[in-house]
Amino acid sequence: MSKMNKTFKLVTAAFAAMVVSTSAAFAAGDLVKAPKQDWSFNGPFGVFDRASQQRGFQIFQEVCASCHSLEYIAFRNLTDIGFSADEAKAVAAEYQVPSEPNDEGEIVDRAAKPSDFWPSPYANAKEAAATNNGKAPPDLSLMAKARVGGADYIYGLLTGYEDHEGTPENLHYNKYFPGYYIAMAAPLSDGAVDYVDGTPNTVEQMAKDVSHFLMWAAEPKLEDRKSLGVRVMLFLLVLTFITFLAYRRVSKKVKGH
Amino acid sequence: MSSKQFKNPVANWVEKRLPVISPIHHTLFEHPFPRNLNFMWNFGSLAGLCLVIMIVTGIVLAMQYTPNTADAFGSVERIMRDVNSGWLLRYLHMNVASFFFIVVYIHMFRGLYYGSYKAPRELLWIIGVVILLLMMATGFLGYTLPWGQMSFWGATVITNLFSAIPGVGDAIVTWLWGGFSVDNPTLNRFFVLHFLLPFVILGVVILHILALHTSVSNNPLGIEIKGPQDTISFHPYFTIKDMLGVCVFLLLLCAFVFFMPNDMGHPDNYIPADPLVTPAHIVPEWYFLPFYAVLRSIPDKLMGVIAMFAAIGVLFILPWLDRSPVRSARFRPMFRVMFWAFLVICYILGTVGAQAPDNVYVFVVPYLFSFEVSSWMTVLTVGQITTALYFLFFLSLPILPLFEKTKPLPASISEAVLSKSEK
Ligand code: HEC
Ligand code: HEM
Repeated sequence: MSKMNKTFKLVTAAFAAMVVSTSAAFAAGDLVKAPKQDWSFNGPFGVFDRASQQRGFQIFQEVCASCHSLEYIAFRNLTDIGFSADEAKAVAAEYQVPSEPNDEGEIVDRAAKPSDFWPSPYANAKEAAATNNGKAPPDLSLMAKARVGGADYIYGLLTGYEDHEGTPENLHYNKYFPGYYIAMAAPLSDGAVDYVDGTPNTVEQMAKDVSHFLMWAAEPKLEDRKSLGVRVMLFLLVLTFITFLAYRRVSKKVKGH
Repeated sequence: MSSKQFKNPVANWVEKRLPVISPIHHTLFEHPFPRNLNFMWNFGSLAGLCLVIMIVTGIVLAMQYTPNTADAFGSVERIMRDVNSGWLLRYLHMNVASFFFIVVYIHMFRGLYYGSYKAPRELLWIIGVVILLLMMATGFLGYTLPWGQMSFWGATVITNLFSAIPGVGDAIVTWLWGGFSVDNPTLNRFFVLHFLLPFVILGVVILHILALHTSVSNNPLGIEIKGPQDTISFHPYFTIKDMLGVCVFLLLLCAFVFFMPNDMGHPDNYIPADPLVTPAHIVPEWYFLPFYAVLRSIPDKLMGVIAMFAAIGVLFILPWLDRSPVRSARFRPMFRVMFWAFLVICYILGTVGAQAPDNVYVFVVPYLFSFEVSSWMTVLTVGQITTALYFLFFLSLPILPLFEKTKPLPASISEAVLSKSEK
């Protein structure tokens, strides 16, 4: 009967070998994954870089906001990235939003307040698509969590434009975009904005800053989460250690008698 | 029972009027637990902890959530951004759901390995399978609530499965939806049912524990308790052991909740549901993937659905499929090999369920490695082979005892424990 056991083991081994018999590498033409970047918010102790976030906000406001909305961010949220309440109020005042109906029942535009959410550049999705070669620019507030790769993907996308033969008209070749042909023209070019803090305004730098900003927009509680997490883990490690010692004492009694 | 005397006067006072103290006292100090239970026996209490965390976080989330197609996605974002500690509640609820399935799957594989489903524990096992089905229903319903792309399309694909039923299929699907597509009435009833089912699970878990107390825990040797020398009391031995298990569990859980809360989810669910845009690749949550793979392996829709339900249903008759008188795999050399092969098969089925059927199959271990198996092996072929092997495992159990020579069983638990500690 131990022969039978051996046969069994052989069959299992053969099965495992079949699974392991790796052949060629990934099929050619597979999408390249956007390379990982060294973000300050990576890792268990990660925090946002305020200066980068603020520069990223500037890029968003001056470049992306003409096409993309940022639905879940209110002007008051800007205080999270180091702006004062007055500065947030001043930014809000630059925008017009539909007012509440007045006593005559009319809706007129009024200056935005800090409690207002970021206004969409288009009246509706149809208009957004019609103005952009049939593809509506998606909302950016959750973009850094809604794509595989997150902030790395956004950075890759913004720096991944290439000239490519056979690109359909009105579309643009991007090596990191699934399907390669994207309706968004490369939004950044060297010197597109002027940074007040003297940071070089290269495409890479701007892409990095705006991706940083969008990570915050998608996960505004990231810093709270990680700092609480570190404290919770430390507490649990100590608790586990103490419980382990107690367990060892108690279990000695079980084996003994 | 109520004549029992306790040292604590309050306990005595309560017990005289309501006999709730004595069962607790009995469980903690008198009920016999095999002295050789290993850490695999921690997962039942961990599953209980998961259920409690799910119910508590779920109730608090429900106070802020809006079950309406126009507002659901936004209300979840409001919880994440504006509700105090809302992000913590939601990430706990999301990740404990996954951990709950990990824990229960380990709990079940433990039962499989040590033959805990055999007489006299058949009903205990069957109640467990009922719990599993209820958990799956709850998980599926809950995933719909945030109303992201995967919520919507997952709900559409799964409810559509019922249309495979001949004759009445389409009528059933319309009835489930409350309309002609997954829409607001669907979301509303899914929310109601998702709120209700955990309490049904709680009730069934109480039956599970009752059955356990009647049949007494199995143990790694799979032999009966012969006398008091084979047993110890729950307190302090298993209270401290369960606490250690809880600590390790919380460490792992918190690593996910605080440092990679979205790793077990799908990024597409952060895109609001859009009935006009089908995602490139619709996948259910990871804990359904092996069953999803079985479903897709069979070209015929109705047969696929039947196979998928059979993959779980077969567990109901497992106690009668396995005809070996020996419980524990420790003494069953062939069953032991088959058990590990079965575990690998389930894993491969899981990886199959995550990939598009006509792609070349890629074997993946998250965070570690992934490789293409062979350029001609499509996901579909691998799925079909492993589906066949999955059922073959169960079908071979009745005849296995004819070939298998089991190892001699120790005379008693205490003897085995003592001879081990003398070494
Ligand atoms: C001229 C309008 C326009 C501007 C300016 C613009 N975008 Fe876009 N963006 C689009 C359109 C249109 C799409 C949809 C593309 C598609 O799906 O093919 C898009 C899509 C995207 C996507 C999603 C890609 C995906 O994976 O689906 C990201 C991320 C993005 N834009 C980021 C940005 C950032 C960051 C900026 C500012 C630096 C920016 N965009 C500026 C029009 C614009
Ligand atoms: C909500 C989910 C569940 C909870 C809370 C739960 C709880 C428990 C507890 C506390 C125990 C005793 C401790 C232990 O043996 O680990 C137990 C034992 C057991 N459970 Fe579960 N369980 C759940 C799901 C399941 C499922 C899905 C199955 C199998 C289909 C199952 C099968 C068993 C069996 C067979 C035993 C006895 C094990 C033995 O004595 O060897 N349980 N359960």
